Parts: sequence; structure tokens; C-alpha cells
Amino acid sequence: MFRDARIVAAKDLQIEWRSRVTFSQVVPFATLVLVLFGFALDANRPVLERATSGLFWITVMFVSTLAVQRSTSIETSDGARRALLLAGIEPAAVYAGKTAAVAVQLLLVQVVLVAGVVVLFGAEIEAWGLLISTCVVATVGIAGAGTLFGALVAGVRARETVLPILLLPVLAPVLIGATRAFDDAFGSVAVDGWSWLGLLAGFGIINLVLGSLSYGVLLEET
Amino acid sequence: MTIPPTDVAAHTGSSTTRWLGLAVMAGVVTMFLLGFFVAPEDDLMADSVRMIFVHVPSAILTYVAFGVTAVGSLMWLWKRSVWWDIAAHAAAEIGVVFCGLTLVTGSIWGRPTWNTYWEWGDVRLVTTLILFLMMVGYLAVRSMGGDEAAVSTRAAIVGLIAAVNLPIVNRSVEWWADRTLHQQSSITDGKLEDWTLFTMVLGIVVWAMFFLWAMLHRFRVGWLERQLRVGDLDEAIAARRAEAVDAGGDA
Repeated sequence: MFRDARIVAAKDLQIEWRSRVTFSQVVPFATLVLVLFGFALDANRPVLERATSGLFWITVMFVSTLAVQRSTSIETSDGARRALLLAGIEPAAVYAGKTAAVAVQLLLVQVVLVAGVVVLFGAEIEAWGLLISTCVVATVGIAGAGTLFGALVAGVRARETVLPILLLPVLAPVLIGATRAFDDAFGSVAVDGWSWLGLLAGFGIINLVLGSLSYGVLLEET
Repeated sequence: MTIPPTDVAAHTGSSTTRWLGLAVMAGVVTMFLLGFFVAPEDDLMADSVRMIFVHVPSAILTYVAFGVTAVGSLMWLWKRSVWWDIAAHAAAEIGVVFCGLTLVTGSIWGRPTWNTYWEWGDVRLVTTLILFLMMVGYLAVRSMGGDEAAVSTRAAIVGLIAAVNLPIVNRSVEWWADRTLHQQSSITDGKLEDWTLFTMVLGIVVWAMFFLWAMLHRFRVGWLERQLRVGDLDEAIAARRAEAVDAGGDA
């Protein structure tokens, strides 16, 4: 299964590498959102510094809907989904592979976003370990839930609008947990960021299990 | 998948639903009279306490309705039960209405009590809003169209994800807010007395009867809708087969 998952992830990342969608469209979009937040908050440094964590993760949420839509469209075009099924790869492996590919892309975007909030919002990172752990754990949860919902709306009308409606409310705990952990990492609020990682990990595990169990049903029936 | 029989009534009423409907109407009138004229005003909240007669039953029935949706979703995925699938859809629609009513009455009640329509620090309020948004998403999936069984499967998975994630949402908001304005359970803390308590319990009973009445009608509408769609498909297949037989005969 791990071998198959690795193959699927490599396939998605290779397609991404060749099309350069993440680099040419998603990263500029993420940066643009940060700039717009700056305008919206009147370039007020104290306000931006206080709100940096939340703005960072809201941007990640927006970007995740784009990344998931992109990941889903790879499978829906040219009957690739059917081909994946016929290839005899376990659905759970397909799910794990696609989740990993989305997670890698989101982590790359987050590298740019961290640089963005440091430069544009004047954020100062006080706990690198917490910051990196939060990014990894939260991203796995986002990618896990996102890949599942992506498969759920694959091939239906108006999927671009339905996906955010479904995904964003479910991601509410990630937004809350990751924002709090980042508050600690930036030193902007006195909270115990590490304790929030537990919640993020719980969210990630539950959604990965749900995704592994139901991805096959979705792949075959929808 | 079990296809429903074709010989069902073309309307959704029955003597049971009519009697139930009459009981609900009588109950609402009684609630109105008790709530406005018999139950006393609260020492602290004055007349706004009367919102409890609608707010608490709506909140309870919201969770009952979404519980039915979760069970129905599971039964569709497990047993491919069309009956449970339609019940899950019906309960979700009614649940969204109850949930909306809970949020609106809660906000109206919050204004005089907490001096704000919305309080982010309140766990139950925020969790209920997230639940509302999740179930609106569930209904959006139901309305996406496409293959009958595929829509049911998609919706069932959304229903289950919502049910599983709700405790995490609740816990995260609880940690995040670290405080709550919401009063503790009105029923279990024993602060309500006499007519106030009686009217609220009556409200729960009446709302439960209304839920049952609405479920019966919505379920039957869902059953007829499905039968129409399945019937149309069967007719179309039969017509194509007849054409093919004719064409074969001509040749």
C-alpha cells in the first residue's frame, strides 16, 4: 500500500511540477491575499502583528480549496479516475497518495507565506519547532479532509462552489488550533501552543481514517 | 438498492398526520397562552425569558434531527437502505430549520441578556453555527443532482463527517473561548419552576410532535420524488427496449 501511495503522490507532484500551477498561480494568489489583508487592515502594524496567525491560516484555507480542486481535476479529466481503479491500486493508497501530494504543495506555499508574514506584517518567530510542527500536523489534517471532499464533489455540477461550503466548516478546528499554536510561536499571545497540536493531531487522524474508509466507496460509486 | 413499490398514494396526508397536525396546533396555542399569560417573568431576564419556550425545544430537536441524519447516513452506506436515505434527507431539511430557529431565537435572547446578538466566547452558540453550516453543505450535496445512488452516497458521507467532526468542533471552540456566557442546562440545574418549567417541557413535546409530523410528510414527499425519478427511468428503458425490438422486427 505504501508503495502505491508513493507512486500516486509522485504522479500528482510530477504533473504539478510540469504544469507549474502551484508556483505560477497558487503561490501568487496566496501572496496577493496577504497583501489585501494589509490593505484591509489599513497597514496598521500593531493590528497586523496581532492578527498575523489568523490571517496566515485563513490564507492557507483559501489556498487549500484551490489545491484540492486542482488535485481532483487531475483525476476527473480524461477518465483518469477509471484508469486508477482499473490499475488495481487500493483506494486507500490512492487517497493516501493524493493527500500526501496536496500536503506537500500546501507546505511549499506555507514556506512562502511564512516569509510573507515576516516581511509584510513584521512577525517575529520565537519558536521555530512549534511553528514547523504546527504547519506539518495542520496541513496533514487539511489535506486529508480536502482530498476526501474533493473526491466527493468530483464530476458534479457547481463543484467549485460546493467544495468550500463543505470543506471550510469542517476545517474550523484546524483554523482555531493552528492559529493559537502560531500565536505562541510568534509570541503574540501567551498561550501553550503545544497543547493545541494535540487537537490538530486528533483532527488529522480522525479525518485520515474517515478518508481511507470512504474513499473507495466514492471512487467506485460516484 | 431496493426500489420502492409503485402503488403508493399520490398525497402525503393520512389520518395519523392529520390528528398529529391538530395536536401540534392545539399544543402551539396552549404554549402561546401559557408562555405569554401564565408563566411569570424572570427576576433577572424579565420578559425575555419567554424565549426559552421556543429556543430550548428548537435546540434539542436540532440535535435529534441531525442524529437521525447521521444514523440514516450510516444505514445507507451499510445496508443501502432507501428508507433510511430518504429519512436522513428529510431529517436534515427539518433540522436545518430548527437549527436556524435556535440561532435566531438565541441571538434575539442574547441582545437583552448579554447585551450582544452574538458572543464568540460562547461555545454552544459557535458550535451550533458550525453545525448549521455543515448541514447547509449536506443539503447542497443533495441538490447537486446526478445519479440517484451516487448522490445518496455523497450525502451520507457528508452527514457522517459532520457527525464525527462535531465533537472536535465543540472541543476546539471550548478550548479557544475558555469561557462561556451560556447558562447551564435550564432543565437540569433546577432553576426553572412551576409554569415556566411546565411550558418549556410542553414546548419540547409539541416541537417533537411537529418534528414527527414534518418528518412523515417530508419522508413521503421524498419517497414519491424518488419513485417519480425511478419510474421515469424505468419507462425510458422500456421505451428504448420496445424501439429496439421494433427495429429488430423490421429488419
